[in-house]
Amino acid sequence: MSYFLARRIAGFLLTLFVVSIVVFAVMNVLPGDPALTILGLDSTEEARAALRGRLGLDEPVVQRYLAWIGGALHGDLGQSYSFDVPVSGLIAERLPLTLSLAVSGMALTIGLALTMGLTAAARHGRAGDWAIMLLSQLGIAVPAFWLSMLLVLLFAVKLRWLPPGGFPGWGDPVAAARSLVLPTVALALVQSAVLARVTRSAALEVMRQDFVRTARATGFAPRHVLWRHVLPNALVPIVTIVGLQFAGLVTGTIVIENVFYLPGLGRLLFQSIANRDLITVQALVMLFAAIVVTANFLVDIAYVVIDPRLRAQRA
Amino acid sequence: MTARLPANILIGAVLVALVAGAAVLSAVWTPYPYAAIDVANKFAAPSATHWLGTDQLGRDLVSQLMAAAGNSMTVAVVAVGIGCSVGTVLGLLAAARGGWVEEIIMRLSDLGFAFPALLFAIMLAAAFGPSLSMVVIAIAFINIPTFARVSRAAANQIWRREYVFAARAAGMSSFAISRDHVLPNIAAPVIVQATIEFAVAILVEAALSYLGLGAQPPAPSWGRMLAEAQTLMYLAPQLAIWPGMCIVTAVLGFGLLGDGLRDISDPRLARQRSA
Repeated sequence: MSYFLARRIAGFLLTLFVVSIVVFAVMNVLPGDPALTILGLDSTEEARAALRGRLGLDEPVVQRYLAWIGGALHGDLGQSYSFDVPVSGLIAERLPLTLSLAVSGMALTIGLALTMGLTAAARHGRAGDWAIMLLSQLGIAVPAFWLSMLLVLLFAVKLRWLPPGGFPGWGDPVAAARSLVLPTVALALVQSAVLARVTRSAALEVMRQDFVRTARATGFAPRHVLWRHVLPNALVPIVTIVGLQFAGLVTGTIVIENVFYLPGLGRLLFQSIANRDLITVQALVMLFAAIVVTANFLVDIAYVVIDPRLRAQRA
Repeated sequence: MTARLPANILIGAVLVALVAGAAVLSAVWTPYPYAAIDVANKFAAPSATHWLGTDQLGRDLVSQLMAAAGNSMTVAVVAVGIGCSVGTVLGLLAAARGGWVEEIIMRLSDLGFAFPALLFAIMLAAAFGPSLSMVVIAIAFINIPTFARVSRAAANQIWRREYVFAARAAGMSSFAISRDHVLPNIAAPVIVQATIEFAVAILVEAALSYLGLGAQPPAPSWGRMLAEAQTLMYLAPQLAIWPGMCIVTAVLGFGLLGDGLRDISDPRLARQRSA
């Protein structure tokens, strides 16, 4: 067990390390002169030289990488060029919004998907099953940003129930929550389509087994059997996809925040790209990639927690 | 006797044919030039002259949607084509060589999964400036690990077959075996994967163009049309409908087709899935 864990942790750290090299390489080494990118073609050579000096671009690449990663490990992600404040401050300011969006989106995704998937499995082969599968097939094909626009058209433009976008700040929790409803639903509807399918097929696999028949024969209510006996045994594939989806959800927030003008990390990423603020972009891309890698790592660990058989095998 | 094709393949094929047909046709003919501005006729309702009406600059909607289909399909074909070719070659190499070559290729492909396509494309767009070619490169790159995995897994099975042992005994090189025996026999899973990745590519292109990181004006793109429509949501909500429908048609088509082809190429899986 501890050997398995140590191996996974080592793999996780190694992946993070290589990801940081890729991000750094793409942002620093390949595109030529970052000072030119930041200042634009009409900048003077002196201005570019001054900026290169300020950003430490004259130093060898390896040294710059070490300085960046060393700083990042201490929470120092450098100084944003366009906002002229530390990048870590910018991130800390916007993280709560993105995190709330991702977590509420994930919670709604899981709730919707488990209900839809288990309902479809329980009605296997009947109309309800077909309807749910059809819906989820459609959900997979609908881009989240378009769904967002349709939701805005219906609930903000036509019915005027919810705001079309923007964020009033956390000072007014009700207004803040209201402005997160449509983005959360847009994120979750699309993601739950995939998860519902996985839940359905995993549940069907389990439902054929003897202990489920026994539980039914013992006289447990169908709903009880479904949620207490079938679901726990169908969790391994479901958790795999949840892990992958959390990654999808986090990158999904990048798009959704831009649709709804929410001042989170995704919006910051775009502002930074527009402002050619490479230092902020680099920090944010690394942060998003790190979240994805961490989610994958946690899924690996979660297997062992969920399935005691794997624990025995891998010990 | 003709075997009955599963419904998902039929529907998928029809939808794909629709989008591909519009894409090919747009290369030679659209009702109007897609960028032709006619401000006097802006926000025209659907009519015999403009089947779906016009946008805020009086541009014909059908012509734009058709040209955008061409754009979208080109991106998908080129990007998935590159990713599929490079990935499959790497997968074949990994299976043929084994040992540390396989280990390195597979560990590198693990890395690909740390970057969702969208994030990777955003990073490239930030570093090199937004353009459609950046989108193609990003999607191609992200596809390489996927195809390397699929082809390696399939190729490893073929390498254990007796006809491969026979070919080896007859003195064929690993390269020749990979080319003549392994590649033709792993084509099915690779083609299935490509169909599915087509759907993903169309979605990613649309999202990036929507965000302003893909197709640049005046190049037509469903994603960019939606971005423009968003600013006019109160004025002309109909503009936000059609480009989205096109994206869904294309993605649904390739998705259904891929699912159906997978069921056919791997009947065991089909039984499991429908069970």
